Order: sequence, then structure tokens, then C-alpha cells
Amino acid sequence: MGKILEVKNLSKHFDDFTAVKKVDFSVEEGGFFSILGSSGCGKTTLLRIIAGFQQESEGEVIIHGQSMKGIPPEKRPVNIVFQNLALFPMMNVGQNIAFGLKRKKLKAAEINFKVNEMLERVGLNGYENKKVTELSGGQKQRVAIARSLVMNPSILLLDEPLGALDRKLREHMKVELKLLQKEIGTTFVYITHDQSEALVMSDQVAVMHDGQFEQIDTPRNLYKNPKTAFVAGFVGDTNRFEIESKEGDSIITQGGWKLKLPNHSEAADELYIRPEALILNPDNNLNDVVQFEVTITTILFDGSNTKLSTMVSGSNEELLISLPQNAQFDSIEEGHKLNVGVHSDDVKCF
Amino acid sequence: MNSNSNNQSGFNITFYLLIVPVLIWLIFMIVIPHVEMFISSFLVEDDMGDMVFSFANYIEFFSQKIYWLTFVKTAAYSVGVTILAFIIAFPIAFYLTKVTSKKNAGFLMVLLLIPLWVGELVTVYGWMVLLGDHGVINHALITIGIINEPLNMLYTNFSMVVGLLYMSMLFMVIPVMSTLQSMDDSLIEAACDLGASKWDIYTKIIIPYSMPGITSGAIIVFMLVIGDYLAPNLLGGKNSLWFTEQIYNSFLQTFNWNEGAAFGFLLLMISSAIIWLALKLSGQKLEKVGS
Repeated sequence: MGKILEVKNLSKHFDDFTAVKKVDFSVEEGGFFSILGSSGCGKTTLLRIIAGFQQESEGEVIIHGQSMKGIPPEKRPVNIVFQNLALFPMMNVGQNIAFGLKRKKLKAAEINFKVNEMLERVGLNGYENKKVTELSGGQKQRVAIARSLVMNPSILLLDEPLGALDRKLREHMKVELKLLQKEIGTTFVYITHDQSEALVMSDQVAVMHDGQFEQIDTPRNLYKNPKTAFVAGFVGDTNRFEIESKEGDSIITQGGWKLKLPNHSEAADELYIRPEALILNPDNNLNDVVQFEVTITTILFDGSNTKLSTMVSGSNEELLISLPQNAQFDSIEEGHKLNVGVHSDDVKCF
Repeated sequence: MNSNSNNQSGFNITFYLLIVPVLIWLIFMIVIPHVEMFISSFLVEDDMGDMVFSFANYIEFFSQKIYWLTFVKTAAYSVGVTILAFIIAFPIAFYLTKVTSKKNAGFLMVLLLIPLWVGELVTVYGWMVLLGDHGVINHALITIGIINEPLNMLYTNFSMVVGLLYMSMLFMVIPVMSTLQSMDDSLIEAACDLGASKWDIYTKIIIPYSMPGITSGAIIVFMLVIGDYLAPNLLGGKNSLWFTEQIYNSFLQTFNWNEGAAFGFLLLMISSAIIWLALKLSGQKLEKVGS
């Protein structure tokens, strides 16, 4: 499979600031590519440039090996699902989906066939004559996606389409969207500020910060091996410590916690440890495991996501530890002291 | 129990205080005059000088060609002026809401409102100064040398339509602006993304979306125009017969109040019928348009 979308050295300057700075990436055909970043990081601008609603200041967007320079949005082989969906309120569901096909001047019978096929695909058969205002949030979502997909785009761009849904529905739509993408095989470029959406659905995720891509990687790698401090802090829960000083192969944090860490980088000034990287009551014979003692201050019960809030003994540092919900640790209570270890590879310094 | 009944009566007093002015207004200003007019339109003076029931006022209307010709012309021109008002007002409303900056829009809006502040009579005289045989426009055209003889613009249907448009156009701009303001720009982008041409975007997205505003604007403009007296009378002159002039003549020239009442009622009927038909044709509902 070839590259369907290539973005080369793309920048976008506005009057007094730069929204997108020298972004470079490519997307494989049939892939699910997410751009993850907090609001204002430039991800929407980037998407709008790919769609053709905004002009790049420098660089180039290439789709199917063809430069998109000067090609207006309606002529590009991409379709976009807008953040607020932008369904046409004066049309019913069928008319909304048929809108693009009618502009292509297809025959009525063909339009009808395609609309019904698409409605079936998104699980809305029989909704053709419903008003858009009568639909639930999730149904509107599916109509918006159907309206774009029926155009058979090379690339479907999605601008935080799940943002307006409540949490439970969002979880559900996340899985549904991933399955839909697998089934139809269209390339998706998805932008979101929700890391869980990006991690669950994507083949590749780009983390965007301040107009730049910090890292492009598979979700697993992004989580396991963040390349920058921003990625380490942004993707997933983590404990962050600032490094005060270094003594030989030990690191001392600002809160006075001394960790023995061989082969740490000299330039580092921040340290990240994921809550689930911490091992409770580790075996003393384990190699490469840094061991220390903590005091439990609070148990933050949240089902499978339960965490312990602890203080590292002999220091001022708080440390969150994931608590596996098996019977082994049922006896743990607030105020207890606990031996904890962490594999030195799981301590990330930047 | 006690406090409950107190509450109840408290509610009643407020309720009646609020409803009474409305009822007084409705009964004394709208219901009674119309009933009175309706009754008097069926009365004529007999040989003895007594008022008796008769259809004579209405028969008079249908038997005199000049009356119902004026009537049809008034209705047709009012529809035409309403359509012209839409054609002129829609781009203005679109420019003010979607194209120009908020600051500019505010300033331009004030400019649009200025003619309302001086009153219709003054603006009508203003147009007379502009359009007259020795008026500003003719004078300018002759000076430049485009024409030798002054164009006959004043006291024609043209000058009348200009005056009617000028006075009523703003009432189309404002409701259309308010519906356009509520329209999300991403609808336009979505249409564009789905391959719609500029023409498609206007005819399939923007105008259908602003239909409630257009309809309420059209109703206001139509009512203002069909019931207007000043512009047809002063700018249209003798050539532009307007039905309000016939009503005026019945009441104040021939002092036949019963005939005037019948004519007034006919005007009310036709304007209501045209609005009803327009709502049916455009598929709009009065409740929706009003909100």
C-alpha cells in the first residue's frame, strides 16, 4: 500500500503568530491516522489546510501523488466531518446524505441506491425521511459520517466529531468508528484532544504541540517510549518529577527523593514514571529494578482504574500507583507502608 | 391550606393585571372597530335617510371597473415590491452578517436606519426632489449631456415603486439578518466540501435556511406596502392608482363611510388571502415565522 497523503514541510502563518510550523508526515492508504493535541495547538488549522479551506503559507499537501496547490475544497478527493457536524437542518436524513451526490449530477435511482446502502452501513436503515432535529446525538454523528463517506473520498477528515457526545456514547462511538473504518477501508485522518480516542482507534498517532509534531508513532510506542517530555506528560497518566541535582548514578528530585538510576541522561531535568509501571512488593532479586518505600495517603477507588496516592518515604514527593483489583492487595489501607519498585527502563528522563 | 389559597389569589391578581391591558387593547382597538366597520359596510342610506341592510357597497365595488382594477393593481404591485425588496435586501443582510466585520456592520446598520428616523413623509419629499423633472437626477444627467430632455420619472409607477421600496426594505433586512446570524458558517463549508457550486450554496443552503426570516420580512413589507398611502399618493401622482386612495376618497371626499368600510374590508381580505397563499406555497408556518 502506498502513501495516500503526504504533507511536506507545511507552515501556516497568521498576522502575529504561526499556527502550524514545518509539519511533515505521510499517511498510508487505508490507515487511521490521528493528530492529538490540546486546543489551540494548530490541529484544526492543519486539517482545514488539507481540506482546502485555508491556504498554506509554505510547504505542500500531496494527495495520491498530486499536489493540491490551488485546488479548491470541492475539487479535492477528501471530505470532512465537522466538529459540530454541520448537518443541514432544513433537509431530512436522506436529503442530507444525497446532497453531495446530487451535486455530482448522478441519476436519481443511483443516488437512492447509494443513500440506502450508506444508511444501512451506519445502522440507520429506515431513517431516510426523519428530520435531522429528531435524531439523537449518536445518530446525527452517523448521518454526518454517512454524508461524507457516500462521496467515496480518498481520505475522510474528522474534526473532533465525538466532542459533543456524552462520555458513554463517546466510548461506544469510538469502537464503532474504528470498526467502520476497518470495514470500508477508507483512509481516516482524525483530529482530537482526547488521547483515549486517538490511542484506541489509530494505527498512527501524531502528537501536536504548539504547531509542531512532537512524535509520530503507533499508539503503543507513543505510550511506552515517548520521545519528548511533552508526549510523556500528555499521553496517558503519569507521575512527573523535577530533577534538582545528580550525584554519580543517583538523581535527586526537588522534593528530596533520591533514586539510584544507572545510565541516566546527563542533560535531563524532568523524570516521568507511569502509575502502572510501579511494582508492589517486588522481589529483592530482580535486576534493574529501583526499589524504595512509600506511605499510602489515600486510596482513590475507581474500579479497574483504582490508584494509590502515596508519599515516597524520606522525601516530599507524591507518587500515584496503580492498584490491581485482584484479591492480593485487598488488605491495603491508608497509612500502610509499602515496598515499591520500578524497572529503570520505565523511568523516563528528559 | 391557607398559604396555598393566598398564593393562588396572589397569582390571580398578577395574572389579571397583566392580561387586562392586553384585553382592553384587543377589544377596544381591534375587535370593536372591525366589527363596527364590518357592520357599517353592509349599511346604506335609504330614501328616507334611514340606514338599512344592503350589499350595495360591495356591488358598487364590483360594478365599477376602476375600483377593482385599482384593487388588483394594488395587490399585484405589493407582491412585486415585496419580491424586489427581497432581491435588494438579501445581499445587504448577507453582507452585513457574513462578509463584513462586526464593527463595520454596526456602522452600516445605523446608515440603513437613518431614513426611518426622519419619517416617511420627509423621505418621500426627498425622493420628489431627486426624481422631479427639474430634480437632482435629471439636472445632473442633462449637465453631463447624457440626455437633452428631462426624463419623466416623478408621478409614475416607477417613482411610486422606488418610494415604497425605500420605506419598506429595512423591514426585510432585519429579520433576514437575524436568521442568517444564527446560521453556522460550517454549513456553507460543508456544502462546499460536498461539491456544491456558489449558486447551489445560495439556493440550496443559505436561502432555505433563512426562509423563516424571509417569510416574516415579506409579510411585514407586504402589509406596509399594500396599506401605504403617502408614497403612492405623493410619488405616484394621478397615474398610480392605489387602493388606499379609494378608501380615503370614500371616507373624506364623498363622505360615504359605508362604502369606505366595505373597501377597507376588501383590502383586509385580499392581504390576508395573499399572505395565507404565500405561507402555503413556501411551506412555512406562521408560528415558526413569528418566533
